[in-house]
Amino acid sequence: MSIFIDHDTRLVVQGITGRDGSFHSKQMIEYGTKVVAGVTPGKGGQTFDESVPIFNTVAESVWEGGANTAVIYVPARFAADAIFEAADAGIDLIVCISEGVPVLDMTRVIPYLVARGTRLIGPNCPGLISPGKSKVGIIPGNICRRGRVGVVSRSGTLTYEIIHQLTAHRLGQSSCVGIGGDPIIGTNFIDCLAAFEDDPETDAIAMIGEIGGTDEQKAAEYVAAHVSKPVVGFIAGQTAPPGRRMGHAGAIISGSSGTAAEKMQALSRAGIGVMKRPADVVPLLKEVM
Amino acid sequence: MNLHEYQARALLAKHGVPVPDGDVASTASDVEKIARKLGSGVVVKAQVHTGGRGKAGGVKLADTPEEARTVADRILGMSIKGLTVEKVLVAPAAEIASESYVGVIVDRESQRAVFMVSPEGGVDIEEVAAKTPEKIFKLAVDPRDGLLPHEAMALSFELYDDVKLVRQAATILQQLYATFVDVGASLAEINPLITTPDGKVVALDAKIAVDDNELPMKPKIAALRDASAEAPSEVTARNAGLTFIKLDGNVGCCVNGAGLAMATMDLVKYYGGEPANFLDIGGSSNPEKVVSALAIITADPNVKSILFNIFGGITRCDDVANGIVTATKRLKLDVPLVIRLTGTNEREAVQILEGAGFSALTDMDEAVKRAVQLAKEGA
Repeated sequence: MSIFIDHDTRLVVQGITGRDGSFHSKQMIEYGTKVVAGVTPGKGGQTFDESVPIFNTVAESVWEGGANTAVIYVPARFAADAIFEAADAGIDLIVCISEGVPVLDMTRVIPYLVARGTRLIGPNCPGLISPGKSKVGIIPGNICRRGRVGVVSRSGTLTYEIIHQLTAHRLGQSSCVGIGGDPIIGTNFIDCLAAFEDDPETDAIAMIGEIGGTDEQKAAEYVAAHVSKPVVGFIAGQTAPPGRRMGHAGAIISGSSGTAAEKMQALSRAGIGVMKRPADVVPLLKEVM
Repeated sequence: MNLHEYQARALLAKHGVPVPDGDVASTASDVEKIARKLGSGVVVKAQVHTGGRGKAGGVKLADTPEEARTVADRILGMSIKGLTVEKVLVAPAAEIASESYVGVIVDRESQRAVFMVSPEGGVDIEEVAAKTPEKIFKLAVDPRDGLLPHEAMALSFELYDDVKLVRQAATILQQLYATFVDVGASLAEINPLITTPDGKVVALDAKIAVDDNELPMKPKIAALRDASAEAPSEVTARNAGLTFIKLDGNVGCCVNGAGLAMATMDLVKYYGGEPANFLDIGGSSNPEKVVSALAIITADPNVKSILFNIFGGITRCDDVANGIVTATKRLKLDVPLVIRLTGTNEREAVQILEGAGFSALTDMDEAVKRAVQLAKEGA
């Protein structure tokens, strides 16, 4: 197994003819992902890379191509509608790579997905990879190695750094999920922790957080209560200066400032091995695995 | 992006929120003219992107136009939390019967816009939340319906007993929500929302923060940006498509991706150094961006070594290498450069760099240690 994507993933790429979409579609195909369709309105009937049929709508890609997963590379202003369209077409898992999606758009997207039971990863995320099986998004396949560590992260390139450290020390990964760093995202740490806990091919979990918000603290509480597998964690931004916040409402709502120190304490309290630097991931995991 | 009080007031007024008369000025003589036109006692308020203006002496009352001029002379050009006051708002001094707080913010937890209101306004609302959380009332808005009239009424009943005031406040809350959605805000607050002795509800001060992701779609809002209120290096960086925050250390950092950039700064500190900045060159790999990044970093005289930490994904290492070579030809670097590159097109990048007389590392810890060491030697 693995989480969220595997050999059964049949992918439609929304924005397959765009600059990023076409580049990464080729990379995904090369990695072995079953890219069954692309969508670019107005280019229906054409073929991408001499093998992938292009449709005008996501619905057609589901009826005719049998797509069950969608990845979105469209410009930010069209991203919310692309998510609505994929959910409406009956897609089970939507991965939104697009960066710069307005947060108010996301407040409208979330209840729409909840009502349909659709899973969203992102937006503004690198996507996910189950090494040796499937990759959806932009995580470089060559840095990954098939194995038994689950990785979940709010970051992009920092995730690659952690994967790189693991692979360099022959610690392979079951799945690596970049959940995205925006204020409102679909799948969160807890969703991934729960999936890794249930995945028989995952033995240990590395979670990579950042300053801001309280998701890591809540994830820590979840780990303490519900996760039996060993977890190690990293929080980026220990030296970040406090932001010049304008209003007061942010701090009131979250009830905390979301500093790295606060989050690291929360992880530690939950029995999570806390890394001081990315290179600590390997020795910490070797201790607990 | 933060808006000034006078800009926020104008946007609220456009949606029907009652705000006092008044105008903005950048010279003391204009302040006098505005005060004369208003024909009453006035308040002169510094327009800077920070709270605590009153405590810092940036908000003053004046009884006459001449006094307004004197007061403005003192406020204009003063520094509040490191920000120079370039503009002041001149408004009639309001008669205040009561002060409340109303605000709406995007809440990560409920994943919705959440209203917050409190009868304890005008003061530091953070303190109210910490000491008397029972005096803050919250309501999450369903984005499909907006703030419904009965919800606005229910919130307003937490502020006032008199139904005449409640009805006015409820209308203002709906107008505040309309403004919030229209400008694409992440925060919009009125503090204080006052009542006057003759029974009117008026927005006395307002703050709006706009979601930066909305700006490409909203050119009129984007045009409200006041670049003079920001650090010049940060403005230059933004125009070059970079995210830059200046810090006080001496190890200049140039990294792709915000998370890795923060982790790099943390590692500089871990090895006993101090980062000079946060700089994220973003996901694309235009060599020109690298040139701009190096120009911004080297403009800081504190910088004693420069560290590149690039993990190629979308960003191609050879593009970054080309940028480094171009930049070092164009700019005269008198501080040492430490380059760590790994990922997409790493081999090509190393060839480019070695051809130009640079060496490249592949290990992050090694690179950070060396950059910290070189900064210490150069200090």
